[in-house]
Amino acid sequence: MAASSTAHVDLSQAMNVDPTPLADWLVVMPVAWCILAGAVLLMLRKRTEVQARIGVFALMVLCLLDAALFWRVANEGPFTMVMGRWLPPFGIAFTVDLLGAFFTMTSGLVALAAGIFGRDDVDSTGRRYGFYPFLLLLMAGVSGAFLTGDIFNLYVWFEVLLISSFGLLVLGSEREQIDGATKYAFLNLVGTTLFLVATGYLYGLFGTLNMADILVKAPELRETAPLMTLVCLYLLAFAMKAAAFPVNFWLPASYHTPKLVVSGLFGGLLTKIGIYALLRVLVMLFPVERTELGWVIAVLAAGTMLFGVLGALAQNDIRRSVGFLVISGIGMMLAGIALGSPSGLAGAIFYAAHSMVVMTAIYFAAGIGGRLSGSFLLSRSGGIYASHAILAFTTLALFLSMTGLPPFSGLWPKVMLVKASLDVGEWWLAATILVTGFLTTITVGRIWALAYWKPRAEGAEAAPADRSVPATSVIGLGMLTVLTVVFGLWPEPLIAISQDAARGLIDTSSYVLSVFPGEVPQ
Amino acid sequence: MRTVIFRTVAPYLTSLMVLFSIFVLLRGHNEPGGGFIGGLIAASAFAIYGIACGVAPVRRAIYFHPMAISAFGLFLSAIAGMISLPLSVPFMTGNWMKLYFFGVELDLSSVLIFDIGVYFVVVGAITSIALALEERDRD
Repeated sequence: MAASSTAHVDLSQAMNVDPTPLADWLVVMPVAWCILAGAVLLMLRKRTEVQARIGVFALMVLCLLDAALFWRVANEGPFTMVMGRWLPPFGIAFTVDLLGAFFTMTSGLVALAAGIFGRDDVDSTGRRYGFYPFLLLLMAGVSGAFLTGDIFNLYVWFEVLLISSFGLLVLGSEREQIDGATKYAFLNLVGTTLFLVATGYLYGLFGTLNMADILVKAPELRETAPLMTLVCLYLLAFAMKAAAFPVNFWLPASYHTPKLVVSGLFGGLLTKIGIYALLRVLVMLFPVERTELGWVIAVLAAGTMLFGVLGALAQNDIRRSVGFLVISGIGMMLAGIALGSPSGLAGAIFYAAHSMVVMTAIYFAAGIGGRLSGSFLLSRSGGIYASHAILAFTTLALFLSMTGLPPFSGLWPKVMLVKASLDVGEWWLAATILVTGFLTTITVGRIWALAYWKPRAEGAEAAPADRSVPATSVIGLGMLTVLTVVFGLWPEPLIAISQDAARGLIDTSSYVLSVFPGEVPQ
Repeated sequence: MRTVIFRTVAPYLTSLMVLFSIFVLLRGHNEPGGGFIGGLIAASAFAIYGIACGVAPVRRAIYFHPMAISAFGLFLSAIAGMISLPLSVPFMTGNWMKLYFFGVELDLSSVLIFDIGVYFVVVGAITSIALALEERDRD
C-alpha cells in the first residue's frame, strides 16, 4: 500500500540490488534447514516411529550442506549474505570464514552421530518429549552461532541453543536431572545476560553490531572508548559459557544427569561455542585488548586445565569424571587463545574440532559401557574387557586420543600448543599442558583399568556378556572413532585448515571485504 | 471461577477475542499490531475458555496439540524466508505481490506469511503453557 505511489525510489542506496547467486544460500541453509526440519519433527511429535528416520535424514542433509559450505569457503574464501537485502551494517549479516565453516562441519558430523546413537539410546517417551526436534533446533542454534557475522545475532543463536539444551537436559524428568538443569539453566542465563549487557555496551560505544563494521571502527575508537572494560565483560561471559575456571561449576553439576547421548552432544558442542565466541570476539575483533589480557587468559587456562583434570581424578562416577575432563580440554584451547600467535590459535582451533569429536565419542562409549556393566560407578563396574573386548579397545583408543598420545588426533593440537608456547618463551604454560596430559593419562588409565579391565567383583550381578549393544550405538560411536583415528594418522589437512583459519582471524581483510566490498582493508 | 455468568459469557468472549486477534494480526501489516500481540490475544482467549469450561473442551476445540500449532508457525515463518530462494534475493527479503480482488488492490507479501507464522508460534506456545497450568490446578 505504501509503495504503490512511490515507484521511483533509488533502492540501491539502501538495498543490495544485484541478484543473489544460489551458492550464497549455503551460508544460511544449515540454519534454515535445521529450523524447517525441527518444525516438521515437532509437528510429528506423537509419531515416535518416524521421528528417528526423519531426524537422521535431516542431519545427513545438514552434513551435506555443511560440507558444501566448507568446500566453497576453503576454495573461494569468506562470503556474506545480508538478510532481507539490506546493505550492511543495517541488515543482519551472515558471514562465514574458514573457522566458522570448519566448526559448522565438525558439529554437523557430531550431531549426525548423536542422531544415529540416539535412535536406541532415547526411548519412545524421550522421543515423544522431543529428542529429535530439540536436537535439530539445537543444531540451528549451533550453526547460527558459527555462521553469523553480527554480534547481537550471535547472542540470539546462543539463546536458541540454550533453550533447546534445556529441553534436552530434562528429557526423562528424573529428580537429579531437574536438579542439574536448574543449576545449568541459572548459571547459563547469568552468562548470557552478561553477554547481553556487554553487547548493549558495545552498541553504545560503536553504534553498530556488525562484526566487520566493528573491525573497521575499532582503531579510531580505541583511543577514547573504554574497550578494555568491554572486552573483560565478554571474557567473563564467554568463559562462563566455555566452563573455564573459576566459573565452571555448572558443568560438573549437570552434565552427568541427562541421557548419555545428550551428555555427549553437550560435552562435544556447547562448551566449544564459548571457545568459538572467544576466538571471534577477543581474537578477531579486539586483538589489542586480548594481547593486554594475555596473561590473565593464560592463568585461567592453566587453572582450568589443572582443576579439570584433578577434579576428574577424584571422581568415582565415570560420567562426572568425563565432565571434568571436558573442562580440562577447555583449558587447552584457552592456552591457545592466551598465546594469540597464529600457531597457538591454530592449535586451539584444531583442539576444539578434535575435542568436539572425541568428547562426544567418550560419552557414547561410557554410555554403552555403563549400560553393559549396569553401573557408572568405578567401584561397582568392571569386566567389560572380558565380554566386549572391541568396545574396551575402542574406549581405550578414545581415552588415549584425549590424553594426546599417538597415533590419535589428540596428539597434534597438543604438539602445536606446546610448541607455540615454547616459541614465545611461556615455558610454564607448556609445562602445564604436559603435566595435564600426564594427569589425564592417569585418570583415564584408572577409569579403564577399573571399569573395563578389572574382572567383575564377586557378588555383582550376572556377567554382562548376554547384554547386546544396538547396531545404531556401534555406528554412532564407530563414526567418531574412525574420525579421530584417521585424523591422527593423517593430520596434514586439518593442520593446514587450522592454520588457515587462524590466519583468517588475525588478518581480517578478506572477512571485511566480504561484507563491505570496496572497503579499504586495515 | 466457574460461575453461571462467566460460563455463559466465556464462549462469546473467546470467539470475539480470537476474531480481534486476527484483526490485530492483519492490522500489524502497516499499523501497530502484528503476529506477536495477535497471538497473545488469541492465547488469552483460549485461556479464558479453559478457565470457564475446563481444559478438555479447549483441547477438543483447537483440535491440534498446541505444540504442533507452534511448530506449524515455525515452519511457516521459515518457509516465508525461503520464498526468496527462487527470486534470487537474500534470505528473509520481503517479497510483494499485487492481487486484484473484485476491483480492490491487495498487497500480499512474504512478510505477512512470516507474521502469520509468528502468530501461530505464540498461540501454540502460550496456549500450551496456559493449558498445562490450568490442568494442574484441577488435579
